Amino acid sequence: MTVLAAEPLLTPVYEYPESLTHVPTHYCPGCTHGVAHRLIAEVIDEMGIRQDTIGVASVGCSVFSYRYFATDFAQAAHGRAPAMATGVKRANPDKFVFTYQGDGDLASIGAAEILHAAVRGENITVFFVNNAIYGMTGGQMAPTTLPFQRTSSSPDGRDPATTGAPLRMSELLAQVDGTAYIARRSLHDVVQIRRAKKAIRRALEVQRQGIGLSMVELLSSCPTNWGLAPDAALKFIRDEMVPVFPLGDFKVPPEPEAGAQA
Amino acid sequence: MSTELLKGNVAFAEAAVRAGCEAYFGYPITPQTEALEHMAKRMPELGRVFVQAESEVAAINMVYGAAAAGVRTMTSSSSPGVSLMMEGLSYMAGSEVPAVLVDVMRGGPGLGNIAPAQGDYLQIVKGGGHGDYKMIVLAPANVQEMIDLTLLAFDLADRYRIVSVLLADGSLGQMMEGATLPPMRPLAERPAWALSGARDRDTNLVSSIHLDPEELARFNDHLQAKYAEIEANEVRFEEHRLDDARVGVVAFGTAARVAKTAIATVRDEGVAAGLLRPITLWPYPEAALRDLAERVDALLVVEMNAGQMVEDVRRVVEGRVPVRFFGRTGGVMPMPEEIADAIREVAGASAAAGAQQAQPQEVNA
Amino acid sequence: MKGTVKVDDALCKGCALCIPVCPKGLLRVATERFNARGVHPAELDDPAELCSGCEQCAVACPEAAITVYRAVKA
Repeated sequence: MTVLAAEPLLTPVYEYPESLTHVPTHYCPGCTHGVAHRLIAEVIDEMGIRQDTIGVASVGCSVFSYRYFATDFAQAAHGRAPAMATGVKRANPDKFVFTYQGDGDLASIGAAEILHAAVRGENITVFFVNNAIYGMTGGQMAPTTLPFQRTSSSPDGRDPATTGAPLRMSELLAQVDGTAYIARRSLHDVVQIRRAKKAIRRALEVQRQGIGLSMVELLSSCPTNWGLAPDAALKFIRDEMVPVFPLGDFKVPPEPEAGAQA
Repeated sequence: MSTELLKGNVAFAEAAVRAGCEAYFGYPITPQTEALEHMAKRMPELGRVFVQAESEVAAINMVYGAAAAGVRTMTSSSSPGVSLMMEGLSYMAGSEVPAVLVDVMRGGPGLGNIAPAQGDYLQIVKGGGHGDYKMIVLAPANVQEMIDLTLLAFDLADRYRIVSVLLADGSLGQMMEGATLPPMRPLAERPAWALSGARDRDTNLVSSIHLDPEELARFNDHLQAKYAEIEANEVRFEEHRLDDARVGVVAFGTAARVAKTAIATVRDEGVAAGLLRPITLWPYPEAALRDLAERVDALLVVEMNAGQMVEDVRRVVEGRVPVRFFGRTGGVMPMPEEIADAIREVAGASAAAGAQQAQPQEVNA
Repeated sequence: MKGTVKVDDALCKGCALCIPVCPKGLLRVATERFNARGVHPAELDDPAELCSGCEQCAVACPEAAITVYRAVKA
């Protein structure tokens, strides 16, 4: 029997995620916080865990991230999100708990909190958005700022002799036994964004297994404070940040036993 | 339930367990570390949460997280560690999550020493952290009160969505007295506002941010209204031998205990002294204090600090009667005889002032 | 047509990151109009119906403003 070719229907294959709230974000045009939010929301949708997820917002440009994710949310003091998430997760061991932190929040004021959440092997997922600068307060130097990078508090360029070299948190935390999955990805082009999404998925699956702390560091742009147009900012990540913050997996969980649940 | 010999720190920790505390986060600091150690054993026994945090900063933020998740939660510390918690306490006040803090005070400022003191009164009673907020402050004076006020702390915290503080000192933490623990209470239901995953409901948010000034002002009005309700309903104090007192001693906690001994001594000498002992330092027993000020010749505030609660006494009394102060700093324990001397001096000064007033023509122009 | 995309004017901030990632150069900044934010939003400019629905623009978009449609046999 001959099947007549039907008129193909245009079906939406990529839509606004259910786990975002449709609230227009306050992030600057071209800021890759938006990409990170979207990827996390897409993964939460695909895993079907929106109603079982609690996010912990930090302080920085993403301080209002609770406006954009359609999940329960707590707003933590600057740097304290991993400690607050510890309390939230210990009280809700069956739920998914994630923190969303910038580089000032995680690598500066919050350095002790993230380190010890890792030491304790807290079963939380940390999304670390690294743009080598303090965005919200107007572009000051961060522990992750590149050598000789001009910022508002290093106007002549970061001097490594007096302010040190960029802090590589993924490598540092991978040394801690309590971590199960530590990955650094980038958001500077479509290929990298797709890889980043896979890492976000893997991190939340690691949380589902309850085998330790998972973190995805995402190299991100700050067009406004870098003084670059959005597209040029992405190239800055590719050309200047990636050599200092290499992409890759610094800690991977052991493969599940044959026959065990993934 | 039976009476047993209990150390203060163990008493409040076990009382918290009986009150249904589900999560304890703490850090070792003398003179309250026994509480941490007790919880380290008891909470896992009961399948509850215990974490020794990496610092008091982390501990209070873990409390904030568990409180946001709607469980009864607490931390305990001592003065230098409590200073580290001020940020977290302000955040908790600003997001109206309930929790309990026990501050077992020690000598300060700075690292100070590990001896008992009352130098955190202003810090705790005035909020401590930034912004306009209050915490309910309960001041035990014996091990039984360490137990009873811990139970009350959790109940008031939940009722008003506020932080309750047990303001004790190293002496109360370390002493051993006979006391009775309550039976184990069942764990409380999680409140509707708590973070638990938005299953079949709208999402919940626990946050202290109100970026719009008018909105933040309205939120502050709401907090102030809550505090007014607490002031109207939750004042607690003890009146000891005040019916016929001419000198009113005002003291809390361990200072009040020592003052009672001093009062007994001077009473035997015919000095009519009595004690007003605030049990809630916030809300302060202002009405009882004003009432007392109307009846006595003078007040003597006794504290183990350089003069902190005395500021509140003077504020409330508004000059109705002289307010004198006797204090010991450095973690030095005031002795009954020192306080008795101070009472005698105040009583003597009052008598002299009274005598002068009776014969005004003898005053030189 | 194999595919098409729709940019949500309410969400688009005019960052233009989608423009260079389209393999066929089918997106443009609509310089002749403004959206409610006061920026020139991006839009599909595909009169020849060349869009394959590859999703690259949507992947690049920081605002999740792009919906991608592909032809699926009924």
